Amino acid sequence: MNLTPQDYQVLIPYILLTAWACVLLLVDLFIPKERKSLTALLSALGLAITLGVTLSQVGIAQTGFFGMAALDGFSTFVNALLLLSGILGIALAHGYVKRLGIERGEYYTLLLFSISGMMLMAQATDLIMVFIALELLSIPLYVLAAFARPRVSSEEAGMKYFLLGAFATGFVVYGTALVFGATGSTNLYAILASASNGTSTLLLTIGAALVLVGFGFKVAAVPFHMWTPDVYQGAPTAVTAFMASGAKIAGFAALLRVFATAFPALAVDMTDILWALAALTMILGNIVAISQTDIKRMLAYSSIAHAGYILMAFVPYGNPAVREVSIAAGLFYLVAYAFTNFGAWGVVIALEKNEEKELAITDYAGLGRKHPALAAAMTVFMLSLIGFPPTLGLVGKFYLFRAVIAAGFTGLAMIGVLTSLISAYYYLRVVVTMYMKDGEPTVERETWLGLATGVTAAVTVVASLVPQSLFAWASEAVLNLF
Amino acid sequence: MIPVEYYIILSAILFAIGVAGVLIRRNALIIFMSIELMLNAANLAIVAFSSVFNSFSGQVFVFFVIAVAAAEVAVGLALIVEIFKTKHSIDVDQMSSLKG
Repeated sequence: MNLTPQDYQVLIPYILLTAWACVLLLVDLFIPKERKSLTALLSALGLAITLGVTLSQVGIAQTGFFGMAALDGFSTFVNALLLLSGILGIALAHGYVKRLGIERGEYYTLLLFSISGMMLMAQATDLIMVFIALELLSIPLYVLAAFARPRVSSEEAGMKYFLLGAFATGFVVYGTALVFGATGSTNLYAILASASNGTSTLLLTIGAALVLVGFGFKVAAVPFHMWTPDVYQGAPTAVTAFMASGAKIAGFAALLRVFATAFPALAVDMTDILWALAALTMILGNIVAISQTDIKRMLAYSSIAHAGYILMAFVPYGNPAVREVSIAAGLFYLVAYAFTNFGAWGVVIALEKNEEKELAITDYAGLGRKHPALAAAMTVFMLSLIGFPPTLGLVGKFYLFRAVIAAGFTGLAMIGVLTSLISAYYYLRVVVTMYMKDGEPTVERETWLGLATGVTAAVTVVASLVPQSLFAWASEAVLNLF
Repeated sequence: MIPVEYYIILSAILFAIGVAGVLIRRNALIIFMSIELMLNAANLAIVAFSSVFNSFSGQVFVFFVIAVAAAEVAVGLALIVEIFKTKHSIDVDQMSSLKG
């Protein structure tokens, strides 16, 4: 039972980032209070180096640590996306935390720890590892949500996120216990082998369903979404931006790997449940978003609705003929959502003032005249969230609906198209407010924030013109899963 | 030798009590205790199963669950103390400044 260099190779990006975060935690003590930008820079550097290492591992596929973790196309794809999200998250946070007077070095270290948990989530091939990764990603996020203490809304957000997150963890652990009882192992491949021998399926089905409930909480799928609007509204906006993309990517990555690798035998039972979850999530998220007047709450419901669209890609996961295309479409949509989401939150951050001021949609009146560039960027993000050309959102939805129809779920695709039409109402309302109404909005000018918003807007438009290479990468990534 | 089914039934009952506690009780501390009960119900089930399979991996998992739950307690109690300082209450029904 010795570990070889190959074992370490599997987890090198993760080990590097965790070690970097631990060292940074110490280094930060010697950085004076007014120069915390240095901590931000160092953590972004750590993410960039890890991203480089991750990209250098493209094409490698192996498992390590006695089947506990895997390095393959899927994990590389998801990890690269997560690390990019982390860099964007720091760019968005840098000026924002300074302006709000909550600039502490721990912010960036906690962000790094959370990302390392997310990366482990994409690489875990054992339910024990999935559980540890889930906690490693969640616990720093609980703290980050409450980071603007003693502001009551932020504390409440942290509290609610913590209680519901820990509740969800309980379901994941109990589900794992039952799966272990049914199959005698926590390793995903061993579960697969045992499940195809036809062992006690009732216990296995209940276990898998409980795991699904736990992940449903993490990705904010209806009916496990109750915490999302409150937490997204109360948490500091930069944290919300990171949470909405990062936690969702990681949650879906783990859901994907666990279900596609270990539970294809349960697809008969699970497909209906996933169908209902996806449909409910799309319908409820989009309809409740209409009545929102606060931009953070509106984007929170929009994030719930998008969880539904991505969940749609998992419905045919047990059908060998279409699952690869459909899950690749899901991954593609995750990329599109991550970029659009960061950009939209970036604009929200640019307008937000201290004491949670200027967060109503009506505060965006006149933005088109006073800050045309920012308004144009916001328009791009809103169009991408609807799925309107020429944006990544459209391409993502196109791949998604095409895959779902090919799998024979035309009804679900119809619900997706109809709810997208409904969503146009509340996204376009923001655009109309910016260009048609008069107002005097003031904007915070921050270099990194402006850069991040500009880059995400450019990616959202440009990548939609050449989506094939990204889709090809996503298709290649899912091949290792089965 | 007590059959393994008894352990699993007991753990299912404990888990159900935990879930009910989270949904019914309004005090943040009690909710938190109910969550711990859910985790420990899972631990009981895992230990029982791992004695059936004669496997160590289940028992190792329990250690991980215990250690991670302790880490979660540290963060959770800190949040509860912090919110008590500002609001002088940990009743979750009074955490209503976020609405829409």
